[in-house]
Amino acid sequence: MNQQRLRTRRLDTRTGLVDLSHGAGGRASAQLIREIFVSAFDNQALSRADDQAAFDVPAGRMVMSTDGYVVSPLFFPGGDIGSLAVHGTINDVAMAGAHPLHLAAGFIIEEGFAIADLQRIANSMASAAREAGIGIVTGDTKVVERGHGDGVYITTTGIGMVPQGLDLSANRASPGDHVVLSGSVGDHGVAIMSRRANLGFETELLSDSAALHGLVADMVHAAGPALRVMRDPTRGGLASALNEIAQTAGVGFLIEEQTIPVRPEVAAVCELLGLDPLYVANEGKLIAIVAREWSAMLVSAMRAHPLGRDAAVIGEVIADEQCFVQMATSFGGGRIVDWLSGEQLPRIC
Amino acid sequence: MKHMDEYRRGPLAQNIATQIAQEAASGRQYQFMEFCGGHTHAIARYGIEDLLPANVQLVHGPGCPVCVLPAGRIDDAIKLAMRAEITLCTYADLMRVPASGGATLLRASAAGADIRMVYSTADALQIAESEPDREIVFLAIGFETTTPPTALAIRAAYRKGLGNFSVFCNHVLTPPAMRAILSPPQLPDGAHIRVDGFIGPAHVSTITGTRPYLGLAAEFRKPVVVAGFEPLDVVHAILMLVRQVNEGRHDVANQYTRFVTATGNRIAQREMAEVFELRPSFEWRGLGEVPQSALRIRRGYAAFDAERRFAITTIPAPDNPACECATILRGLKKPVECKLFGTVCAPETPMGSCMVSPEGACAAHWTFGRFRDRAAMRKPAPARLSA
Repeated sequence: MNQQRLRTRRLDTRTGLVDLSHGAGGRASAQLIREIFVSAFDNQALSRADDQAAFDVPAGRMVMSTDGYVVSPLFFPGGDIGSLAVHGTINDVAMAGAHPLHLAAGFIIEEGFAIADLQRIANSMASAAREAGIGIVTGDTKVVERGHGDGVYITTTGIGMVPQGLDLSANRASPGDHVVLSGSVGDHGVAIMSRRANLGFETELLSDSAALHGLVADMVHAAGPALRVMRDPTRGGLASALNEIAQTAGVGFLIEEQTIPVRPEVAAVCELLGLDPLYVANEGKLIAIVAREWSAMLVSAMRAHPLGRDAAVIGEVIADEQCFVQMATSFGGGRIVDWLSGEQLPRIC
Repeated sequence: MKHMDEYRRGPLAQNIATQIAQEAASGRQYQFMEFCGGHTHAIARYGIEDLLPANVQLVHGPGCPVCVLPAGRIDDAIKLAMRAEITLCTYADLMRVPASGGATLLRASAAGADIRMVYSTADALQIAESEPDREIVFLAIGFETTTPPTALAIRAAYRKGLGNFSVFCNHVLTPPAMRAILSPPQLPDGAHIRVDGFIGPAHVSTITGTRPYLGLAAEFRKPVVVAGFEPLDVVHAILMLVRQVNEGRHDVANQYTRFVTATGNRIAQREMAEVFELRPSFEWRGLGEVPQSALRIRRGYAAFDAERRFAITTIPAPDNPACECATILRGLKKPVECKLFGTVCAPETPMGSCMVSPEGACAAHWTFGRFRDRAAMRKPAPARLSA
């Protein structure tokens, strides 16, 4: 290994470009994996360079989740595709109330992509994983011809352990339960849009992209089995997450508009672009459905965590065969918060 | 944002609503049409109908430019976009509007057409400048509000001598459409137009002023109250209309005084007159042919007219015969009374004009208000959270 490294010139991480040989499975592939990914992710399982990662797991219930990341632009205020790919899958695992254990990452890179950018993304993934206290233990790299990708696409898969006695699932929402939201909605989507070439506006707003498993652990500690459902309202926003749960559980929701925090910058941009913040993506927020007598306790536990400072009860589950999400507007009327129809925004996650 | 919140205050709305209920307690019915999709959207999004007494009803008018664009013109746009040399620039909400045979720009894009979503005419102009080898066609739609920017873009292209930029013009005018609603060609037996007054256009009126509605109000004896798009503007305008009806008046009043004057924006009007002229007639989806209701590009700017440049002849495409848009737009029927509503016609698969954009009468009712159809049968859910 050492001798081989001596013979190979190191990757040019300043001006070099990914070419098709980096995906061909030969020396160039091995070098790219070693110098970019293995070195950034830096863990024992990965360093063994096997086709799989091996690890011991405690006995109990496991969850597994996978997600593809195709965000454009790749770098945005408050994060990048790398940190997003780590946070997003950790959150999907955590929404079972689980403690995430390991991540796997697959990269599809477009020929001509700057190695410097790849390095930056790998470093960002490494630091997001380190902060979350988990390892990226196995992975895959492919290179596609120019024009067949948009820079880089990342798929991450995560596994985690569910604490005993916990059973979170959308079909457990039942009338009377309270709906708790962890903070302001729409930050991620608006931060991404602010970097779109044709939108010409600037904002100090950062994406809310964050790993939520720490907050989840505090919530499980505070409310335990009283927790029925957790969801991170990513693509499609709060509105879509509520509609999905309503449909799965065969219930309706009644939410109150004035309890839903929206940052002034987000409200202003949505106003200009004709968007509804309830439909704009989040990457560091969650909604929890909880037995109503536990909601006050849950909210105060969430507010003690930095990612749940603005947590609030925003509504309740009601019996409704038609599964409507109804909202009492701040103006004093009522309306439905319906499924999103169509997609007018380019890729945001 | 402060400026917006001021016009969305719930307690103030309650005060006005109480006043409306008091002054409308005469036992008669009041049916007002909000012409603009912007008003329809505000009414649905803020749940304004819940603030009104049962005898004050709102009819959602045809003032959504996306909705009223006839299928034949979308067919034309798709044909243009499918030509290899053409890049079609459009507003995003046109992408899903159905043309004949279920075609849409979205599907054309999937089939390889170069269609780009833009936020303004200026974006399209910029694309034309940066890609001189492509033919850039801007699909222009809208009422008097969006017409001046199109005029400016055409004049800019003329000045710069841009040879690869043209506009497929579908700009339409508000007053002729209001007139068409009040004087329909033929009504079903026993039906009569039940519109007691109009909530007049907001943004359109900033350009045109309130004057163009004077003739209409006098001739048909219907009050017009020009109102802003914020929810408090709307409830205020409804109160003003109730008062006019009670007093037997039919004036053109201006609620939107913070932006609208009697004469409007003279500069914008000059730009429009320079570039555009009246078409003898134009088809509106839901209303049919309406005389002198649309604009085309003047001969002097023919080089920028996509219709001339690519020899477009529109072939009219009929709407579904079961579609009730024409009666819904005149307040004769409610969306729920249309057989297609919510069955084959829904926002994902719109059949008629009122369902194609969130600002259309049927789409707004489907998306925000359909829980009321069932509330009419059962007791409505409590509107407040008891936590």
